[in-house]
Amino acid sequence: MSEVIKIKKGLDIQLAGKADKVFGQAELPELFAVKPTDFHGVVPKMAVKVGDKVKAGTVLFFDKYRPEIKFVSPVSGELAAVNRGERRRILEVIVKADGADEKEQFGAANAADLSKEQVVEKMQAAGLWPFIRKRPYDVIANADETPKAFFISGFDSAPLAPDMDFVLSGQEEALQAGIDVIKRLCDNVHVGVQNDAASKVFKNLNGVTVHTFSGPHPAGNVGVQIHHTMPISKGEVVWVAQPQEIIAIGKLFTEGVYDANRIVVLAGSEVEKKGYYRTKLGASISTLVKNNVKTDDTLRYISGNVLTGTQVEEDGFLGTYHSQVTVIPEGDYYEFMGWAMPGFNKFSMSHSFFSWMCKKKEYRLDANMHGGLRSFVVSGQYDKVLPMDILPEFLFRAILVEDIDKMEQLGIYELAEEDIALCEFVCTSKQPLQATLRKGIDLMIKELS
Amino acid sequence: MKALRNLLDNIKPHVQKGAKFEKFHSTFDALETLFFVPNTTNKNGVHVRDAVDLKRTMAIVVKALIPALLFGIWNVGYQHYLSLGVDASFWAEVGHGALKVLPIVVVSYGVGLGIEFMFAQIRGHEVQEGFLVSGMLIPLVLPVDIPLWMVAVATAFSVVIGKEVFGGTGMNIWNPALVARAFLFFAYPSKMSGDLVWISGLTKGEGVVDGFSGATSLGQAASGMAPSHSVAESFLGMIPGSIGETSTLAILIGAAILIYTGIGSWKIMVSTFAGGYLMGLLFNLWGANALMQVDAIHHLCLGGFAFGAVFMATDPVSATRTEKGKWIYGFLIGFLAIMVRVFNPAYPEGVMLAILLMNTFAPLIDHYVVQGNIKRRLKRAKVAA
Repeated sequence: MSEVIKIKKGLDIQLAGKADKVFGQAELPELFAVKPTDFHGVVPKMAVKVGDKVKAGTVLFFDKYRPEIKFVSPVSGELAAVNRGERRRILEVIVKADGADEKEQFGAANAADLSKEQVVEKMQAAGLWPFIRKRPYDVIANADETPKAFFISGFDSAPLAPDMDFVLSGQEEALQAGIDVIKRLCDNVHVGVQNDAASKVFKNLNGVTVHTFSGPHPAGNVGVQIHHTMPISKGEVVWVAQPQEIIAIGKLFTEGVYDANRIVVLAGSEVEKKGYYRTKLGASISTLVKNNVKTDDTLRYISGNVLTGTQVEEDGFLGTYHSQVTVIPEGDYYEFMGWAMPGFNKFSMSHSFFSWMCKKKEYRLDANMHGGLRSFVVSGQYDKVLPMDILPEFLFRAILVEDIDKMEQLGIYELAEEDIALCEFVCTSKQPLQATLRKGIDLMIKELS
Repeated sequence: MKALRNLLDNIKPHVQKGAKFEKFHSTFDALETLFFVPNTTNKNGVHVRDAVDLKRTMAIVVKALIPALLFGIWNVGYQHYLSLGVDASFWAEVGHGALKVLPIVVVSYGVGLGIEFMFAQIRGHEVQEGFLVSGMLIPLVLPVDIPLWMVAVATAFSVVIGKEVFGGTGMNIWNPALVARAFLFFAYPSKMSGDLVWISGLTKGEGVVDGFSGATSLGQAASGMAPSHSVAESFLGMIPGSIGETSTLAILIGAAILIYTGIGSWKIMVSTFAGGYLMGLLFNLWGANALMQVDAIHHLCLGGFAFGAVFMATDPVSATRTEKGKWIYGFLIGFLAIMVRVFNPAYPEGVMLAILLMNTFAPLIDHYVVQGNIKRRLKRAKVAA
């Protein structure tokens, strides 16, 4: 048993609406979508036309600048629509399922017999490559690079996140098959697990190094785990993926098909039947939330968690990297003298509301900003929730003045948006820090490539 | 509450962009957000946000200042009747103090907020809340007998030159309240020092009982006498001095609020007191003049030391912004404050100058802390390579 890495900084937001560990029943929806906006830096080029028949695994679009990176349909059916936004940017590629469940056959193979190039080719052909992401930058990995390690976080510490032990139980074989494939890409595979979770699935895996972490969110973020085990310096690359994606990779090699099945958790204070649901990537959330939410307030539906997720409509679609759907109140109300009231029901890291008197309580938080945008005033807040040897405020300042050298020196390579989401949460001045970081990362990619 | 909301909703369309009174948008916005937390929701990035905002933060600092303000009001009255040799009731003392202090507070807020609103209007920004605190700090560091027009001039100077020229709240280099005080000190030294300004009525030559000087303990020590007030009196604050700075006890109550709510940096407060205490001890060992012989603990209770350490040095904008830097910054403030106090007999109040000096050097301290972080990262890269 390796030693426990204690994460001290961070914050567990006591959000109401935790899901029980039970499977709920919901039909699969009719509509599915792949959203190009989920993939940073990808310029989508359509491979099929509206009305074309597709199977699960048929290529829908590919990256204009890296055509080997393909994005495939999760189900069989017909291409129903391509929704575009400003300047005809593709937002959603929508497939209407026919229920036939036909699959493209890619052929099973034993990864151990294949070279790295053949494995990469097979994954790219089947549309699985987008699941391999890289740090720095948190973008789809570049197959030509040689990563120093492959890192998988075995738990999700975000508010109301799914319990990975529960999600993965019964899928041990597929996970091991996936790990065997990953080991052809990079022999140095690491998994981070939580101290107080059983994590049997991960501890029984062959050929991986297991690291144990304890502490509050963001201990489950792969970026934080990498920082504490093998920090990324300039020129180094680590590849990452999520456990359910490893399973899909395993199934490509054992069964020869694109497996879009995912287990997602439906949680949040406004959900009636909270729990785990079996669905597919890109599924419309309509069948999950219909007649299953409280209707007193305007609601906010989120694909993902409340810190990093994407806002979707009530018939919107599950994001590619998400295994969680959260529903909270929208909070579009005016609050009388909110800055002066005692605030017994307010959640704050500071003790500036009287809610500190009842510590363990769960809070029904909404999407209200609780204030207006201000300059940086309060100092030291971000440092309390970022468990890395990084000075976040100075990094943000470097990004705002577009100083590439400083950004590099101050550790932008180690950060992804999810790592600084808590900084954004606690920010008194309501700064949009995740957007700022992405702006900095985009600038780095542009200048250094 | 509902009626107020309706009224605001009725006015709102007329001050939006493109409407007739568009130039009053920021004024309207400031008033609206004073009464109601706006209904804006997070669009991208995090979907939930911590309930705290800058208004709340500033409101808590103002609340933390209230013990010092209330004590100051009573002490002004107490010192006044003491100087007359009259045995006045508690309420008479408070009444006299309120008559003297509240006009200063009103002038400070009126002038400061007026200028803030004007600048926000010109820039088309929202009004930022920084002055809520400065407006209270300025009266508390002034002697009670200061003419009101000086308060107005100093406030205007501090808001315009101390803050707005740098870009407003969050951008200033020096603590605006201290800029106001420094301005008065150098522009009107006769009104800001000496033995007479600290007690209301003395400058007008009202009758004084025999043997009553009105000098502050620091003033006495600077002129070679031992302070006539005991440590206990100085701690409780029944001594002459600037309005809000005399009672170390009231200030410590404020410090407790700031530290507990997590809004003031305890690191800066602790290290400032530590720096001051250490310097005091060193001078005790030397002991060449009356000020050097003042007990180190006594030093911390005298003049504006405690007030500066708790409310001025901790201003996050003008202090260091790195956690390590805060230790260095605070320690040097305490250290320098006592040093200036002892070596500058012309003006024994060194805290103001020490804080302004360290405000100036705060970015330099941060620079070295940041460089340290960068070097660690580079070193790690070399080890790996």
